[in-house]
Amino acid sequence: MSKVPQVIRGFGVTFLSMFKKVTTEQYPEERDKYPPKPRFHGRHQLNRHPDGLEKCIGCELCAWACPADAIYVEGADNTEEERFSPGERYGRTYQINYLRCILCGLCIEACPTRALTMTNEYELADDSREKLIFTKEDLLAPLLSGMELPPHDMAPGTTAIDYYEGKVGSSPTPTTVKVGDDK
Amino acid sequence: MTVTTQTVTVTVDGVVVEVPAGTLIIRVAEMLGTAIPRFCDHPLLDPVAACRMCLVEIEGQGKPQPSCAVTVSDGMVIKTQHTSEMAEKAQAGVMEFLLINHPLDCPICDKGGECPLQNQAMTNGQGETRFEGTKRTFPKPINVSAQVLLDRERCVSCARCTRFADQIAGDPFIELLERGAKQQVGTSEDQPFDSYFSGNTIQICPVGALTSAKYRFRSRPFDLISTPTACEHCASGCALRTDVRRSTVMRRLAWDAPEVNEEWNCDKGRFAFPYTSEGRLTHPLVRDEAGNLGPASWPEALRVAAAGLAGIGKSTAVLTGGRVTVEDAKAYASFAREVLGTNDVDFRARAVSNEETAFLANHVANKPMDVTYGDLEAAKSVLLVSFEPEDESPIVFLRLRKAALSGTTKVFAVAPYTSAGLAKMKGTLLAAGPREEVSVIASAASHLSGDSVILVGERAAQTPGALTAVAELAAKTGAKLAWIPRRAGDRGALDAGLLPIDGRNTSEIVSATGSAVKGLVIGGVSPEDVDGDLLSAIDKAQFVVSLETRHTEITAEADVVLPVAVVTEKAGTFRNWEGRDRSFAAVIPTPGALSDADVLGELARELGKSLSVSDFWASATKPALKADAASTESVGNGQAVLSTWRHLLDKGSLQSGEPYLAATARVAVVRVSPATAQKLNLVDGGTATVSCCGNSASAPLIVTAGMTDDVVWLPANSEGSSLNLPSGCVVEVSQGGN
Ligand code: SF4
Ligand code: SF4
Ligand code: SF4
Ligand code: SF4
Ligand code: FES
Repeated sequence: MSKVPQVIRGFGVTFLSMFKKVTTEQYPEERDKYPPKPRFHGRHQLNRHPDGLEKCIGCELCAWACPADAIYVEGADNTEEERFSPGERYGRTYQINYLRCILCGLCIEACPTRALTMTNEYELADDSREKLIFTKEDLLAPLLSGMELPPHDMAPGTTAIDYYEGKVGSSPTPTTVKVGDDK
Repeated sequence: MTVTTQTVTVTVDGVVVEVPAGTLIIRVAEMLGTAIPRFCDHPLLDPVAACRMCLVEIEGQGKPQPSCAVTVSDGMVIKTQHTSEMAEKAQAGVMEFLLINHPLDCPICDKGGECPLQNQAMTNGQGETRFEGTKRTFPKPINVSAQVLLDRERCVSCARCTRFADQIAGDPFIELLERGAKQQVGTSEDQPFDSYFSGNTIQICPVGALTSAKYRFRSRPFDLISTPTACEHCASGCALRTDVRRSTVMRRLAWDAPEVNEEWNCDKGRFAFPYTSEGRLTHPLVRDEAGNLGPASWPEALRVAAAGLAGIGKSTAVLTGGRVTVEDAKAYASFAREVLGTNDVDFRARAVSNEETAFLANHVANKPMDVTYGDLEAAKSVLLVSFEPEDESPIVFLRLRKAALSGTTKVFAVAPYTSAGLAKMKGTLLAAGPREEVSVIASAASHLSGDSVILVGERAAQTPGALTAVAELAAKTGAKLAWIPRRAGDRGALDAGLLPIDGRNTSEIVSATGSAVKGLVIGGVSPEDVDGDLLSAIDKAQFVVSLETRHTEITAEADVVLPVAVVTEKAGTFRNWEGRDRSFAAVIPTPGALSDADVLGELARELGKSLSVSDFWASATKPALKADAASTESVGNGQAVLSTWRHLLDKGSLQSGEPYLAATARVAVVRVSPATAQKLNLVDGGTATVSCCGNSASAPLIVTAGMTDDVVWLPANSEGSSLNLPSGCVVEVSQGGN
């Protein structure tokens, strides 16, 4: 072996690899062939209770936990006329700045209501800074069947605690969602 | 006063210290830098040992003792949680008990992030609870007042709020009700928590049980940029802290100033700030040939203003209002006297008199600080003349109440009836309507000595002879004399020389406009405050320049409007009634925001001159003080003499935009004595209408025992009363109204 010049030996590796299976993934053509791992930290989502009320209470704990100062929240009062979440308080303004976010997930650990979780969506590129500041509308989970678009009352006879304990089911008057309406 | 203090030697955590006898253990620990956890302890409230969080071990005593209520004795050996297992365990146990019924709803609680309960649960709690039952719950929150919300689940029954209401403000409408686990803070059924100082209970509540409607859910401590500021609302001169989130003021808190407001303030100073961002002028306005007011650039506006003022020069009058800072006041003074060459300059946007001008020039202007809050506390007696401290300078009220309760000071008030404020100060009424004031002042000498203070309010200008009588009384008895105006900028304006020496006063300016006075330069003045018709004077004036922060009735009529900065945008100084300078920094640094002084400086430059900082009073000739002639207008059938002042929370323009605060304002009532009620055929509890010169107001009537006869009292420009007349007017009073 030592008689073969070093350079030939080196090209040998190259030559052999020509017969190996390639690992290049064709993006975006074959994107769906390679889904991310289930626990991949992707874009955030603001979840809803089964009847469509928002889980976020505007507590700002996520903003407080964020090491990149990527989240901006303003809380507000739920009123009799306009209720967005069970209980007294909801998040009126909610923004995540994806130019800052490092997708570390500390915010979802901080969230006391499991309002904030992360999806597997990783396509977070765009052509302006503004478009990368996601607002509450962008982040809210889609309305699934049985959900009614807030503002609306809590289910009759229930308290905020019932919602947190998962005792409230879907709304009797769900909003009909056309396919494609949900983001 | 020399205090001979006895000292005792005690040991805290092995450290031997010598401290004055009678010191509380918790204070001794503080001196050593040892923080003992606490909830109910507050240095300005009497100890109650209600929460038991501050337990420490005292050698020789079997049980842990509350360090906030036990004073040291000689040779005492104290061990805090740092060196004593007993203390540590006791504190952790208390914390566990406190948390049993606590809802732990920190995420929706305004206190979260700055909460002593959160913090001390982390430092002195045990992390785990052994309680497995169901927590006690209450409906949340309930309104203690329109502004103060109570969440009873969160209360740790520390009694800070109730002690504040009882010991400091004297409005004990919140009480601890029930006992044991059911103990809760509540209001009495028939009376809402009606206090000018209610915001302080929110600030001192060690948990989120008391929150304000205004600040509810608005932000977290880490969002806020805090700046120490001074209050712009009255002459008390409170130190405040202003918290800003993204260039918007979120809240204001009372800040520490032991020699002034201690740690308190009033609700006006705490909540009345939305005006700073409401209806603001964003650019200069100039009236064109067609008479329309339209936007203009700064150079153009300054040019037009300068050209207009140059044409009338000496026949211009300057009205600054009482909201100016010391710096702005100096600029106005120099601009008026040196640049325009006029002596027609007055800071007083209210009823004025030439007697007052002389009084202020001789007895107040530029005087060193010789009566302070401390002097009020030390005085043997304090005489109040034309001054209702609770409404007109709330911190003076708190200090006088403190002094009166401690037994050092007796308060006397020359007033038509015993107001609620006077009763809370345990004061004595020297009953006098506007017409009797002068003689009652003269006869008050028997209550005064060299250790007394006479406090005279700005309303004394409405009573001819009152200020002369007060000056004579002070000279005769040796009592110290202080003048307490209502607005924060009044004293600074006076010291800067914004007083019409050799010139016309506010009322004279208003009536001479159109003839001798051709032009007006007007700062922050509300037309309804001025005695006289300022708006029609503006109509008659040849040229009017208005320096304003917001669109007002005056800016709508002016020829040039120059927008100026509000207090949040500029740094400055207010001089309080004592003569103490209260400086503040810009809370929201705003590029392009110009203070009145900046704008006047530019205007002077445009006129080819510059502003100076000369001391006006050094060379001023002070007019001699002599009593104006008393009114001789007769009081006919169905008439009475009006006595009036404004409630603290009134219809003032700086309180706009704050509905929760407005809802806590006291509502107007009409007061007359029983004899007067009979004479005028008025029924207690009915509605009475007070009217004069086309102006009238109706309010519920309260027949007030002990009140001066032939006098009717009604608050001015306040909720339920739009009447804005000076005291001393003869008014019609009749039963009924709308
Ligand atoms: S994932 Fe991390 S960086 Fe992104 S918003 Fe959450 S806490 Fe902030
Ligand atoms: S997402 Fe969660 S942590 Fe963030 S504000 Fe809403 S409830 Fe609070
Ligand atoms: S409401 Fe607050 S201040 Fe009042 S007793 Fe309860 S915890 Fe103390
Ligand atoms: S007492 Fe006067 S200075 Fe103090 S907060 Fe109230 S209005 Fe402001
Ligand atoms: S702080 Fe001592 S008992 Fe509350």
